[in-house]
Amino acid sequence: MIKQMKNYYSYLFLLPAGLVFTIFFLIPAISSLFFSLTRWTLTDWTYIGLENFRMFFSEDSLRIGFQNTFLYAFLTCGLKVVFGLALGVYLTSEIRTKNYLRAVVFFPNLISTIAVGITFNSLMHPSKGAINRGLMFIGITGPDWLGNTKLALLSVINVDVWKGVGIATVIFIAGISSIPTQYYEALSIDGGNRFDKFRHITLPLVRPAMNSVIILALIGGLRTFDLIWSMTKGGPGFTTDLLASIIYKQYSSGFFGLSTAGNVFLFILVSVIAFPIYKYLNSREVDL
Amino acid sequence: MKKLMLVIAIICLVVLPGLFANGNSDNVSDQSEESPVLVLLIDNATSLDGIKAVAAAFESKTGVATEIELRPGSAEGENLLKTRLATGEMSDLVYFNSGSLLTALNPERNFVDLTNESYMDKISSSYKQTVTVNGKIFGIPASSSAAGGILYNKKAYRELGLEVPMTWDEFMDNCQVVKDAGKTAVIGSYKDDWTAQLFLLSDFYYVQQQVPDFAERFTKNEAKYATTPAALEAFYKYKEVQERDFMNSDYLATTYDEALGMLAEGDGVHYPMLTFAFAALTNNYPDQVEDIGFFAQPDNAPGLNGTTVWLPNSIYIYKDGENVDLAKQWADFYVSPEGLAIYSATNKADGPFVVKGVELPADTPSGVLDLMKYFENDQTAPALEFITPVKAPNSPQICVEVGSGISEPLDAAEKYDRDTEKQAKQLNLPGW
Repeated sequence: MIKQMKNYYSYLFLLPAGLVFTIFFLIPAISSLFFSLTRWTLTDWTYIGLENFRMFFSEDSLRIGFQNTFLYAFLTCGLKVVFGLALGVYLTSEIRTKNYLRAVVFFPNLISTIAVGITFNSLMHPSKGAINRGLMFIGITGPDWLGNTKLALLSVINVDVWKGVGIATVIFIAGISSIPTQYYEALSIDGGNRFDKFRHITLPLVRPAMNSVIILALIGGLRTFDLIWSMTKGGPGFTTDLLASIIYKQYSSGFFGLSTAGNVFLFILVSVIAFPIYKYLNSREVDL
Repeated sequence: MKKLMLVIAIICLVVLPGLFANGNSDNVSDQSEESPVLVLLIDNATSLDGIKAVAAAFESKTGVATEIELRPGSAEGENLLKTRLATGEMSDLVYFNSGSLLTALNPERNFVDLTNESYMDKISSSYKQTVTVNGKIFGIPASSSAAGGILYNKKAYRELGLEVPMTWDEFMDNCQVVKDAGKTAVIGSYKDDWTAQLFLLSDFYYVQQQVPDFAERFTKNEAKYATTPAALEAFYKYKEVQERDFMNSDYLATTYDEALGMLAEGDGVHYPMLTFAFAALTNNYPDQVEDIGFFAQPDNAPGLNGTTVWLPNSIYIYKDGENVDLAKQWADFYVSPEGLAIYSATNKADGPFVVKGVELPADTPSGVLDLMKYFENDQTAPALEFITPVKAPNSPQICVEVGSGISEPLDAAEKYDRDTEKQAKQLNLPGW
């Protein structure tokens, strides 16, 4: 009996965290599953089965939303890895202004995304924006960065990479710094050059850091919302709509059940994509 | 083990809501002991001068102050209202749209029924219809009515020797002349995407004249934009303006405020807009406002020329507020001759008032007087959103698409029709 009590009491330590988890995660998650099956006005609800999901999948802009979401997620993820790694390698090398440059690269992360969106909105104005004025100065007529249907999404992706590459760089710096210097010394003795060092030591051993960057950037890209909303609101028309902005528009029109169904679907989609990638990437990590 | 966890879970479920409930009731009793202050929740785009003046007069009369609380506009603000109503944290007085959007706030549950108030006799029935749900009237008009059509620069018209067009083709000819003169013929401000809807919404006068039962059948899922030629016409108007390159080159990046500037300065000559823009024009461009005129959006339908009317937004009284009686007094004062006189002295009218016996003040902008002619000749129809609860939630984006040439008119109309389904289903309308 006494022995059993001893076993129980340790569970009490789980209670605070468990409570927080239950109240702020478990209950909302389960209730959103339920409300996705109803026509919901916040005060009343009617059970309507899978009607919300049918309506969500027949949404006109959904196809654009899918395309854009994947394009956005994979492109921002890829660019962040490439630029983050390049900056990471550069900023761990022997340069004098290392600390200052690290701060500069990280700086965009300190600004709120909405503020970044609004700022770039005016920088990218086709006739009055600083970017096109600068281009005009050297004799190029710049395009309408956010109005051109082919360019708008790419413009937002660029801003996202500019803002997010700092985090990726910091993770890469940490990864590269943790590689023991003996490996590099050994390679130098064997006559390897700088490229060999990168190719045969840094790249394989920075893998855990790279995996974190890929997973973080991919999940972030799949459910991104704030930047696109502050820059284009999904426009012009529906050309830069993402899954998250479609759901938000449904929510703000008062279709609470429908948008909840969309969120349930987005949750499943992100899990289905993120988990296998996570597993795959982890399986290829090398021990230091 | 399992039992213990269960017991803990049950304790949490029972005790926690109790704690929260206690907290709430404490708050309520605290507030009721303070001297009464009425709170009016209003969006941040509406001009407040008139309302503030009436509120100040009410305070000096009764000693009850009115506090104005601002909220964001459009869908975001609507959402905030719904959330606050659902959680029971609403202000005493609520400023909100009349017509189709009102039903979404569930007025019978949330607002005070004003049907039997004595002042209702003086208010025009075309307005009352827009705040009536199941035979009960819930709102008082917050301002004058307005109309949708074309605001134009009269100075540019004089310089170019143009006359107000009576048909769409004449309008297009005028635009060509303006374009050839090197100015912007039609100002587009699609960065604020709601402004893109004006061609579509202002065209409703012609729909109603040619298909009088359109709104009714539209509500019942019988009539569609794509299959009703008179209604489809508006989408072709977007296409023509876009194809003939009448808009400013940066119309996708131009905002509503910038557009008003272009119109006032004469860089742009036509701006499809609501007459409520005259309030902003009067404030921001006082020297140029008299250069701005108004004409109804024309159409090629033979013999028809008229304008689509936006009835005023309304002020509603929250049913579960703490000062319902005071709020009712406030509403009574607001629509009294005294209140309206104070209002119209500080806030220029955008069109006729919907309260009988109230005249427009002498210093009304001449563009608004242009609009009055259509009322005098009975060439007006209410906008579609006041006679049906069905509106496509993505209407602004659909209009931007067709207006910028991304989609074809017929596709846009079909998309609009499909988009209305969500709204109709959410409201659980019969026939959908």
